[in-house]
Amino acid sequence: MIESVQAYFRALAETHPKWNFIYLYDPVQAARIAEGLWMTLQLAVACVVFSVLIGVAGAWLQGARQAVVRAFVQGYIQFFRNTPPLIQLLFFYFALGQFTPTYSPDGWLEVPVISNVGWAIISLSFFAGAFNVEIFRAGIEAIPESTREAADALGMSRLQIYVYVVFPLAFRVSLPALNNNLVNLVKTTTQAIVIAVPELLYQLVSMYNDYSTSQNACMLLMFVVYITLVGVLVLGMNRWERALRIPGYGA
Amino acid sequence: MNERSWDPSRPIVSIRDVHKSFGDLEVLKGVSFDVMKGEVVCIIGPSGSGKSTLIRCVNALNSIDRGSILVEGQEVHAPDLDMLELRRKVGMVFQQYNLFPHKTALENVMMAPVLVLKEPRREVEERARTLIRKVRLDGKESSYPGELSGGQQQRVAIARSLAMRPDVMLFDEITAALDPETVKEVLVTIRELAEEGMTCILVTHEMGFAREVANHIYFTDRGVIVEHGPPATFFTEARDPRTREFLSQIL
Repeated sequence: MIESVQAYFRALAETHPKWNFIYLYDPVQAARIAEGLWMTLQLAVACVVFSVLIGVAGAWLQGARQAVVRAFVQGYIQFFRNTPPLIQLLFFYFALGQFTPTYSPDGWLEVPVISNVGWAIISLSFFAGAFNVEIFRAGIEAIPESTREAADALGMSRLQIYVYVVFPLAFRVSLPALNNNLVNLVKTTTQAIVIAVPELLYQLVSMYNDYSTSQNACMLLMFVVYITLVGVLVLGMNRWERALRIPGYGA
Repeated sequence: MNERSWDPSRPIVSIRDVHKSFGDLEVLKGVSFDVMKGEVVCIIGPSGSGKSTLIRCVNALNSIDRGSILVEGQEVHAPDLDMLELRRKVGMVFQQYNLFPHKTALENVMMAPVLVLKEPRREVEERARTLIRKVRLDGKESSYPGELSGGQQQRVAIARSLAMRPDVMLFDEITAALDPETVKEVLVTIRELAEEGMTCILVTHEMGFAREVANHIYFTDRGVIVEHGPPATFFTEARDPRTREFLSQIL
């Protein structure tokens, strides 16, 4: 079965040189795709998780009593929201990367403690996190003051009110906007190519640089993979939204 | 004054010359009265007369500018106040119920004792079920607030407050948002509470109810207590023209 598929695409590449699906018959290229896909998945999951955590923490700190803390969060949001993520990636890796300490695993080579993958995760998480703070803040502002007051009157602390009352409600309000931002984030992971993170786009570009006849096949795969990846994310988020729906509450 | 020095022969709530302004608007202009343990006190008066502000000052949801409020001998507006202790002693029910919409009726009632008093879940659940029965909502334990009628929500809110085993209950126009049919079911609950000896301070427009359950009625207008007395004399022998006018409009 597999052999016949491989044979078909090998033959196709010979008769139609513009459609060289090399990754479908050459195990070495297939492995590159698998590696790239795995890296993309890791990058996406790590960035989604960290950016949401940053959003939760940032939204909490935005309500802090100390003006300095609020100003700091505001500054963070402005910086990351108003600069292109591509520039952030370059800046983090090439500018900040120079100042990070290195270690030597073999006593010979000096390796920075934060790899390019690390910088990509950091920079993209902070990028999407800035939007998430604003998304959660909007959700928090939608929760009536009176609900907070009731919790206050029951003796709950500010943190308890945030964790058990305000955030669970605000999160539900925020989900559609969060959904959008996370879709954007997953797509933006492709920009990690500029600091040579071996994710899917990187692998595919190097593949058609090595085998120029595979360009169309590589382009096609990119679309298929990202449509699937984002589709799965959106489907999951929609299900989550439904699961969190409170009977009799909201629309 | 030390909390332990309080004994039930002295007022459980003692309000002395309380002043409160919001910006330029002086809402309370020197209000004083005492509430003894087990007493039911109704505060009536036209909208904007400072009734709600006054009872919100009793559990420190609002601060005061001048004067003193003692609950069980402890100054509510002292800088070193143990807020948790105050909130445990004084329960409050609001006009808009303010239930936690993402929690079931049972969870609403259980939340504060578990989180604030750190009591064991099992014990709290038992008490919560008893309270829900007491407000005649058996069978509604796992309903969400959005699935309950206004009157039912308000009774859950009362049970939620009682779960903290307060010594004093504050009711801030709790029937104002209800239709006349459901007002009755909420008032029945309050009457039972009063009969059990719970100290209650109610801000209300339900004159018939005030006449029936109150030990003492205070009429406020423009930030001062204009007239007060036991219901037997208050409704029939009001001397102040403002009180007469108000009563003639309402009764």
